[in-house]
Amino acid sequence: MGCIMSFKKSPAFLILTAFLSGLIFGLGLIVAQMTNPAKVIGFLDVAGQWDPSLAFVMIGALVTLSAVQFLIKNSCQHHASVTQSAKPTHSKVDAKLIIGSSVFGIGWGLSGLCPGPALVSLTSGLTGTFVFVGAMITGFVVFKVLHQPK
Amino acid sequence: MAAFAGIRFNSFKYMNYLTVLLSLAGGALIGLAAALLLYFNNRVAGISGIAAGVIKPWQSDSAWRLAFLIGLILSASVWFLFGGIMPIQLDSTVEVLALSGLLVGYGTQLGNGCTSGHGICGLARLSTRSMVATACFMITAGLTVYGVHHVL
Repeated sequence: MGCIMSFKKSPAFLILTAFLSGLIFGLGLIVAQMTNPAKVIGFLDVAGQWDPSLAFVMIGALVTLSAVQFLIKNSCQHHASVTQSAKPTHSKVDAKLIIGSSVFGIGWGLSGLCPGPALVSLTSGLTGTFVFVGAMITGFVVFKVLHQPK
Repeated sequence: MAAFAGIRFNSFKYMNYLTVLLSLAGGALIGLAAALLLYFNNRVAGISGIAAGVIKPWQSDSAWRLAFLIGLILSASVWFLFGGIMPIQLDSTVEVLALSGLLVGYGTQLGNGCTSGHGICGLARLSTRSMVATACFMITAGLTVYGVHHVL
């Protein structure tokens, strides 16, 4: 089988695929009810009424993504070049990774909201979701100001 | 019901076959979306990275990021259009939400990813960094929920 990725992708095509990816990602979050903070807190609350749903969401996502990765790896000899730029720039486990992820976890646990579900739930019009997204964007800016001097 | 390592699993009454099926189906859609972005756009579907990338106006690759975010935000409208419902129970106060958002925004930038970038895309690539990151945020999120709901 030839490489299914070996065709020319126009800039407009790439905008369309990015849009579709965001749309499908959001629908996945809604179908799995990950847009409901109470349900996410139910997963994180192992000492209370534990709701294991999020584990099944991760299994569904990991199996699907791994299956596609396997198919493409098998059909594309130049697979490495296909995904080169998607490779993250960092490779080592460092203090920034551990501290950053731990801080993120505290924020996530406080409200049950993480970036994807927060953006999807803006459509609900709830003031709280706007407060969260506004604060999250402020957090992005604070990071840039503190760690990325121009 | 069964008790294991101090964690009671009697809460499985919340889980039924439909919930498991919807969780798996939702997860499959998320995996499909991540695969689409990875193989067509050569990008990792990490929401925090995509969103923060738009804030740099000098960056040349904002177009696909905006397209992704517009798709993400419009997904709820598409869902409503087909008669779907999206239950949201947000019990936090405005102050807690503001603090929570700040920590999520800052933490995901320092740690280079969130639930999607590390927890799904990174784990699927078997990235060591993502495994460490996922372990970190799962543990601190669990401890935070424990502190807020069982201690305070």
